[in-house]
Amino acid sequence: MRKTAAEVIVDILIKHNIDTVFGYPGAASTPLHQALSKSNIRHILPRSEQSGAHEATGYSSVEGGVGVCIATSGPGATNLLTGIANAYMDSIPLVAITGQVTSDQIGRDVFQEVDMFGTTAPYCKHSYLVKDAAQIPRIFHEAFYIAATGRPGPVVVDIPMDLQLQEIDVPELEKVDIRGYKPTVKGHEMQIKRAVSELQRAQRPVFLAGHGIILSDSIEEFRKIVELTNVPVVSTLLGLGVLPTEHPLNFGMIGSHGMAQSNFALQKADLIFIVGARVSDRAVPAPMALQDKRIVHVDVDPAEIGKIVSTNTPIVGDIKDVLTQMLALVEQDDPYTDWVAEISAHKKPIRVPQTNGTICAKNALHLLSGMVEENAIVTTEVGQNQIWTARNWNFKDQTKFITSGGFGTMGYGLPAAVGAKLAAPDRQVIAVEGDGSFQMSMGELATIAAHELDIKIILLCNNELGMVNEYQRVRDYNNYAVHLAGNPDFSVLASAYGIEAAVVSDYADLEKAYETMLAWDGPYLLQINIDAQEDTL
Amino acid sequence: MKHILSVLVENHAGVLLRIVGLFSRRGFNIHSLAVGVTDDPGVSRVTIVVTGDEATIEQVVKQLNKLIDVIKVKELNKNTCVRRELTLLKIRCNSKNRSEIIQIVNIFRANIIDVSPETLTIELTGTEDKIDAFLGMLEPFGIVEVVRGGMLSLERGHLGIKNQ
Ligand SMILES: Cc1ncc(C[n+]2csc(CCOP(=O)(O)OP(=O)(O)O)c2C)c(N)n1
Repeated sequence: MRKTAAEVIVDILIKHNIDTVFGYPGAASTPLHQALSKSNIRHILPRSEQSGAHEATGYSSVEGGVGVCIATSGPGATNLLTGIANAYMDSIPLVAITGQVTSDQIGRDVFQEVDMFGTTAPYCKHSYLVKDAAQIPRIFHEAFYIAATGRPGPVVVDIPMDLQLQEIDVPELEKVDIRGYKPTVKGHEMQIKRAVSELQRAQRPVFLAGHGIILSDSIEEFRKIVELTNVPVVSTLLGLGVLPTEHPLNFGMIGSHGMAQSNFALQKADLIFIVGARVSDRAVPAPMALQDKRIVHVDVDPAEIGKIVSTNTPIVGDIKDVLTQMLALVEQDDPYTDWVAEISAHKKPIRVPQTNGTICAKNALHLLSGMVEENAIVTTEVGQNQIWTARNWNFKDQTKFITSGGFGTMGYGLPAAVGAKLAAPDRQVIAVEGDGSFQMSMGELATIAAHELDIKIILLCNNELGMVNEYQRVRDYNNYAVHLAGNPDFSVLASAYGIEAAVVSDYADLEKAYETMLAWDGPYLLQINIDAQEDTL
Repeated sequence: MKHILSVLVENHAGVLLRIVGLFSRRGFNIHSLAVGVTDDPGVSRVTIVVTGDEATIEQVVKQLNKLIDVIKVKELNKNTCVRRELTLLKIRCNSKNRSEIIQIVNIFRANIIDVSPETLTIELTGTEDKIDAFLGMLEPFGIVEVVRGGMLSLERGHLGIKNQ
């Protein structure tokens, strides 16, 4: 049987269990959109391709599979770039499909032509420019395989529009076999034994938990190991959620915006056991300081091991496999009472008591985290709002945290919430927004309205680009170079989309405002007015 | 320190872009690079001479291995491999100094591959040192143009990239 390549692509998406795609059409992607419209795949129209890519990754983060976004050639394709780079930095599986000008026109600077292959090469896991329609089935199977396996990441497939329309044979689903791509999944037994004995020998061990634990769906295994070994845990920004905030062994986020006690733990540890974290500059601003410690580093990507700090015991493998093997080896250990007490002694109060008449964002977020459902999904933007949430949100057992870590992408949180809500319609979704970031993606209010997505938008309104202002304040510039002038009336804006909204400026009214918001059936924007001088930490 | 990396890659469009892009993006230094197809038409072999310390080379190797189109990477040990570079150069000459140049060409076992009344075009194969020395000898006569190829290298005897 023969079908058009576009129809075959849709069949392959279905075979890979893709039920939702985020696409913005144009001439060069029309054949694919046409074929999609005849399938059961849900097609979501973001209000810009960038938001579409973010939505696809938000969807993936909750659903666990590969996110799919689609754009047309030229400006549609380049609008995806920030989303692709963001997915690359945070290792989120994504297949980005772009239309390309017809194959006989490539290279002539025709209307809406851009070299998508060349443009994305540095920040995607792999990419294809389709030159022969018959290769499309193989390419798509490979694309999904590469995006999802090993260290996940974005794969770009650029398809000239004439090839989308070509009729091709519908092949059998073959097993993907790429000779240059054989990710190591199984952790080396001897190395794992070594790592366990490192743990047993250490006096002041600490687990550094990263995104890899979440990406590999190993939270449960990790928690069991923590319970057995009694080793204190610190985490990266994207590792938040691996342990509930109030777990006695969880000392919170490390890094320049981290907690005093977690950074202390990292400094004073004799063994740092890194699981699925890449020791980024934000998490470990001074990696040289770790060089005198024993380091165990578990990661599925061998290139991350030894990239920043040299390692005594490297373990390459899927974290789920490595932790499962470890679980068979570790025994119930005594608590590190003194060490834990020493770390705890470095805790500092992170919120000041709230006075009425104003609202302190830290208190506001902490309060809300106690009112939402146990398994709520929280997204943030970038800026103070992100760090306030990371530090002050009380993560429960099943809280899901979605934020742009490695790329620090403003405009990520709202689309990510859209993706998350579409993936989990039964879970509460809270989008914590800065007023600057919100305006980068606020076109998504239309997507929210169109699909009646019950997302609660917490708009922290300081009428400034808060974190940048703070940066200038602490660096003694004595001058704010840029102001966020011209903010709209956000609740009027929300109402224009038919979205319920309210404004609150006094902490005394906040709990009530939250109750109303959470009880509301449908999307809701709550603008919380805060002081532009509030510090991040 | 110079290191020689031999890299087997898929022989298709875009592979070189990824390799070169990787080096520029991560600030690795390419000293020379040579590419050509192997006995298997689906596979090309890239020989890259990289400068950097051990830790940098380890990262280069790991990052190259991450590229899906890279099939195999091997660092070649200078003591157990043969190395060759090809250089073509055009040199100014006249009837007075032509025989002197030919003597130098003979000493270095180079070949003259084109002659004109004012120039000689010479081909020389050898290690980098030999080529440098040769160019040094000919410089005083007036070099018109030089083109140097990247280094090629194979391991000796039973050693090889396929049976690593
Ligand atoms: C796309 C993008 N542009 C610029 C920046 C630089 N930046 C980091 S934080 C920030 C301010 C964010 O302001 P807002 O969203 O209002 O959040 P606040 O810091 O006030 O909570 C800026 C401009 C960025 N991270 N991303």
